[in-house]
Amino acid sequence: MHAPGPEAKKRLLRLRVNGRWREDAVSETALLVDYLREVAHLTGTKTGCDGGECGACTVLVDGEAVPSCITLAVRCEGRSVETIEALATQGRLGRLQRAFHEKLGAQCGFCTPGMIMAAEALLRHNPQPTDDEIRAALSGNLCRCTGYVKIIESVKAATETVHDR
Amino acid sequence: MTADSGASIRQLRRPVPLIDGVEKVTGRARYTADLDHADALVGRILRSPASHGDIVVLDVSKARALDGVVAVITGDDCAYTYGVLPIAMNEYPLARGRVRYRGEPVAAVAAIDAETAERALGLIELKIAELPAYYTSEDARAPDAILLHDNKPGNVERDVHHQFGEVELGFAAADLVREESFCCAEINHAQIEPHASLAEFDPLTGRLTVQTVSQVGYYLHLMLARCLGMETAQIRVIKPFIGGGFGARVEALNFEIVTALLARAAAGKVFMELSREETFITHRARPHTDIRLKLGMSRTGRMTACELQVVQRGGAYAGYGVITILYAGSLLHGIYDIPAVKYEGYRVYTNLPPCGAMRGHGSVDTRHAFECLVDRMARELGLDPFAVRRANLLHAPTRTANDLMINSYGLAECLDRVERASRWKERIGRMAPGKGLGMACSHYVSGAAKPIHFTGEPHAVVNLKLDFDGGITALTGAADIGQGSSTMVAIAVAETLDISLDRLRVIAADTAITPKDNGAYSSRITFMVGNAAIDAARRLKALLIATAARKLEARPEDVECINEVFRVGNQSTLPFAEVVAAALVDEGAITVKGAFTCPPEAQGGKHRGGAVGSTMGFSYAAQVVEVSVDEVTAQVTVDKVWVALDCGRAINPLAVEGQMQGSVWMGMGQALCEETRYLDGLPAHASMLEYRMPTTMDSPPIETHIVESHDPYGPLGAKEASEGALAGFPPALVNAIANAIGIDLNELPATPDRIMDALIERRRQARLARTLKAAS
Repeated sequence: MHAPGPEAKKRLLRLRVNGRWREDAVSETALLVDYLREVAHLTGTKTGCDGGECGACTVLVDGEAVPSCITLAVRCEGRSVETIEALATQGRLGRLQRAFHEKLGAQCGFCTPGMIMAAEALLRHNPQPTDDEIRAALSGNLCRCTGYVKIIESVKAATETVHDR
Repeated sequence: MTADSGASIRQLRRPVPLIDGVEKVTGRARYTADLDHADALVGRILRSPASHGDIVVLDVSKARALDGVVAVITGDDCAYTYGVLPIAMNEYPLARGRVRYRGEPVAAVAAIDAETAERALGLIELKIAELPAYYTSEDARAPDAILLHDNKPGNVERDVHHQFGEVELGFAAADLVREESFCCAEINHAQIEPHASLAEFDPLTGRLTVQTVSQVGYYLHLMLARCLGMETAQIRVIKPFIGGGFGARVEALNFEIVTALLARAAAGKVFMELSREETFITHRARPHTDIRLKLGMSRTGRMTACELQVVQRGGAYAGYGVITILYAGSLLHGIYDIPAVKYEGYRVYTNLPPCGAMRGHGSVDTRHAFECLVDRMARELGLDPFAVRRANLLHAPTRTANDLMINSYGLAECLDRVERASRWKERIGRMAPGKGLGMACSHYVSGAAKPIHFTGEPHAVVNLKLDFDGGITALTGAADIGQGSSTMVAIAVAETLDISLDRLRVIAADTAITPKDNGAYSSRITFMVGNAAIDAARRLKALLIATAARKLEARPEDVECINEVFRVGNQSTLPFAEVVAAALVDEGAITVKGAFTCPPEAQGGKHRGGAVGSTMGFSYAAQVVEVSVDEVTAQVTVDKVWVALDCGRAINPLAVEGQMQGSVWMGMGQALCEETRYLDGLPAHASMLEYRMPTTMDSPPIETHIVESHDPYGPLGAKEASEGALAGFPPALVNAIANAIGIDLNELPATPDRIMDALIERRRQARLARTLKAAS
């Protein structure tokens, strides 16, 4: 009866994802989170709400923490996007990943990728944040398991490891 | 796993990171929505726009004819109800004939993509002849209210009337009797992962596989068989990683059954991901509760009698309702020695999303009222809040008035620990203006001693497989939903065998592979599955010791295994790997089974509903909350929390701390800011912005103190650690607000508008008193 509506207009998107340049045909209305999860198959980035409310989808765009569920993929043309999958390198966990693992900053783990990426953005700008600065930087990332106590401890522990990233 | 550099490989009482933690911090962990569903159809649900009414037209023909639509189903496609208790399964996966809440699933579509599925929903013609709808317990119980369910007069799903001891004599003997009403808002689990299911039906073999967010895969398995009219042996339910539960996913949920129905109708694979709004509407959380509580107390603080009335606004269907209303009464017991208790409970049907089980199931609002009233009476009698609790302690082992077993009891030590840690004695009464301290106690079961689906089987079964690689695979049906239960199983096995944790793998919650388990509810896993895991490990150990004894030419009773080495005294030794190889020569790969059963005497009293609340081991908690209250803005800030929990023994102290902090914090959300609201049945809270859970900016330091009472029946002495501390927070907060500004709040949450109203009322009363005084 009714034919499906017209295909959303696609265009070629060129961007760097976790250090590698990619080119993909992407709908102009596609959200960055859907591009990362469905096109780039990077499912570490999560969707926890209906748009910009929970922080689970946080990724870095040119080093800044961004909610990928309210960012259009085409806005990232020519830019560098980093996800949780980029942090473990050369067979080693990143400093935040190791701290979240060892200090139980992750319980169910669903908010964890977004939480770690928000913390990563903080530590790149401010390697020795105070407790209040950590709380402020993570205030857009909701967690339902931990009460945030061990999350804040994890970020603090990560600041004490200076040798690797 | 982090390798320990120390000499001992023993893990017990050391902080052990989660065995699946690396997957979580790297983003490799696959939750339901992360599973490969590229070739799956997309499922979407049409929901009722009306709160109550009869479906007069439901025409799906246009939707069915739309290009790209593969299946459309309605209530006509499933004539079987589902639910929790066999006596109260009154819900259809898709409404049949009548809708009873706004957002109730009415029809569902499977299509080639989300856009097509959504367009198809728009083509479904639905007409509902509306009926009067009831959004409060009071309206639903009004004499002229029409019935939501014909077999439940007065719209009461269950009324409970229990009395233990001589209540009137108890009140007569009291020096002080007080009665107050409390009201606790409905709240939601709000786990961060939205609901999702991936179902695949193979028409060639007739088999159904469902991967989903369930906390209890086995219940869902049963409900799928019932609703799809399938043989249970044709179904498989698998739990991927789960992004939190807190009770939201202990019931089989409508969207899970709908996804399976769609998969069968489409003869293929269907992926259903609910929005956050739909996840809220699916609900099954803590009901709005009205409480009237009367308490008698002697001059010295001894409780003499208690009378409690609880009314729960249950929503449109049964769900866990009967259990929740029974818990609200039964868990009045088990924490203090109260000689006489009368309980009256009403679970009411209303035209709102169904409530269900949520962390602290049934006990939280009752405990809130009780601990608030105890504090107020202590104040009136000039007694210290700690002293009043201490005057009413139990002594284990004992049985409560309602016949619950108390086998270990560390509440006295919990009280001592938080009193000292918070410097209560030095600080109480000497706080700066607007600052206050409050305290409260709480407890919870370590698993229901009588399971909901009572079959007579053991409560938990764990299988262990030891194979050529020297590794042990533990199979358990218990769902790890982030609480660390799989890590607990690994530690329990490694500890019993005295082997490295690195030898353990845990496979959890796949009904084709793992033994049946009652799942992640009522904080049962550590106690029950832990005991079953230890039982299995002991059996495996006996086999290996027999082999080692043969090789060492010794008697089995002289052989022990320490740090992966079998030895007879200090002379002959054999490494673990050699013993495994020798054992496999005779047997091949070794599989052993362990089980755990709660004996009949643990399963509660003989009175109707007496099984609810029964457990082999109660956890106990005490906490102190420090607050600042701004009298201008009426904003409450929680400055610090000290909490002590008697968890029997901390098998993994790291996980116990995490559970204590998480549960106290969830109690804080309920106490301070969380509340669901409906406008004519329309959820007004159904986003993470409108449903106000605390952020990092609102969340205080939570100092934990683990108390170990070594439960005689717990695995390695352990009890639960995930729920017991929750219920103490709301009353400790309200008691702290009273201490700070002299306002006694009877409503939760303690939002600025409620506190402001109380402050204005106090000023008005003071003005009135002055006027009256001047006039006289």
